[in-house]
Amino acid sequence: MANNKSKIKEKKLVVKGRTENLARIRMFIQEIASSVGFKQESIDNMMLAVDEACTNIIKHAYKAYPDGEILIKIKYEDKKLIITIIDYGKSFAPDSIPEPDIQEYYKQHKVGGLGMYLMRTLMDDVEYISIPGKYNQVLLSKSLTSQN
Amino acid sequence: MAEFSTSVKDQSGVSVVYLTGYLDAHTAPMLESNFSDLISGGKFKIVVNFKDLVYISSAGLGVFMAFIEKIRENAGDIKLTTMNDKVYNIFDLLGFPLLYEIYKTEDDAIKKFQE
Repeated sequence: MANNKSKIKEKKLVVKGRTENLARIRMFIQEIASSVGFKQESIDNMMLAVDEACTNIIKHAYKAYPDGEILIKIKYEDKKLIITIIDYGKSFAPDSIPEPDIQEYYKQHKVGGLGMYLMRTLMDDVEYISIPGKYNQVLLSKSLTSQN
Repeated sequence: MAEFSTSVKDQSGVSVVYLTGYLDAHTAPMLESNFSDLISGGKFKIVVNFKDLVYISSAGLGVFMAFIEKIRENAGDIKLTTMNDKVYNIFDLLGFPLLYEIYKTEDDAIKKFQE
């Protein structure tokens, strides 16, 4: 907890919507979340949640547009890390994604909606805002407590 | 960078696939091609050793789902072994232990095929 900070200035990362950038995105989350004092287990969870959000963007929003940009902003205030992920691709309705059903996946030979489920499970809060034709935004947040 | 590699070894008729590094949407196609090669070579008894896998996302989990039915239709299976807690946790969150047998050691998984 030596490097625990009460607030950090907003940090930004902009990358093209390609899977090769997922490692860089995870590293960005690792650096910032550890600098404010989260334990590694929580950082791992946040990295996975952000990876899932970005993978969804790459596979769906930017399916036909690999040069589309993903903007990731992170801020930390009031003991809460807030990660905002923005893309300018195809919008989607998160409520249309059903809860994962493992038996159904088995029948269909594929998985869908697992990423969303993981995001909701691993973060304290997940919020979507989609302005069709303009941008999509997903906001992931986690509070720093004595446990994490 | 997302480093990921695989290697495959034949152990008394069972193909053991070793995973190392980070399995995400970028690296998942490598594992897909391992499974495709095994299937086209008529090898359906597969053990996946997770000892050196440090990270998995749902894109990685999807690979297992894509091939399992085809493999079981051919009297085979994909059995999983030596997962660290972090990786097991993700499998568990998504209910995968209902569909896949997970063993503590590679030997246990291989022996299961020989029963």
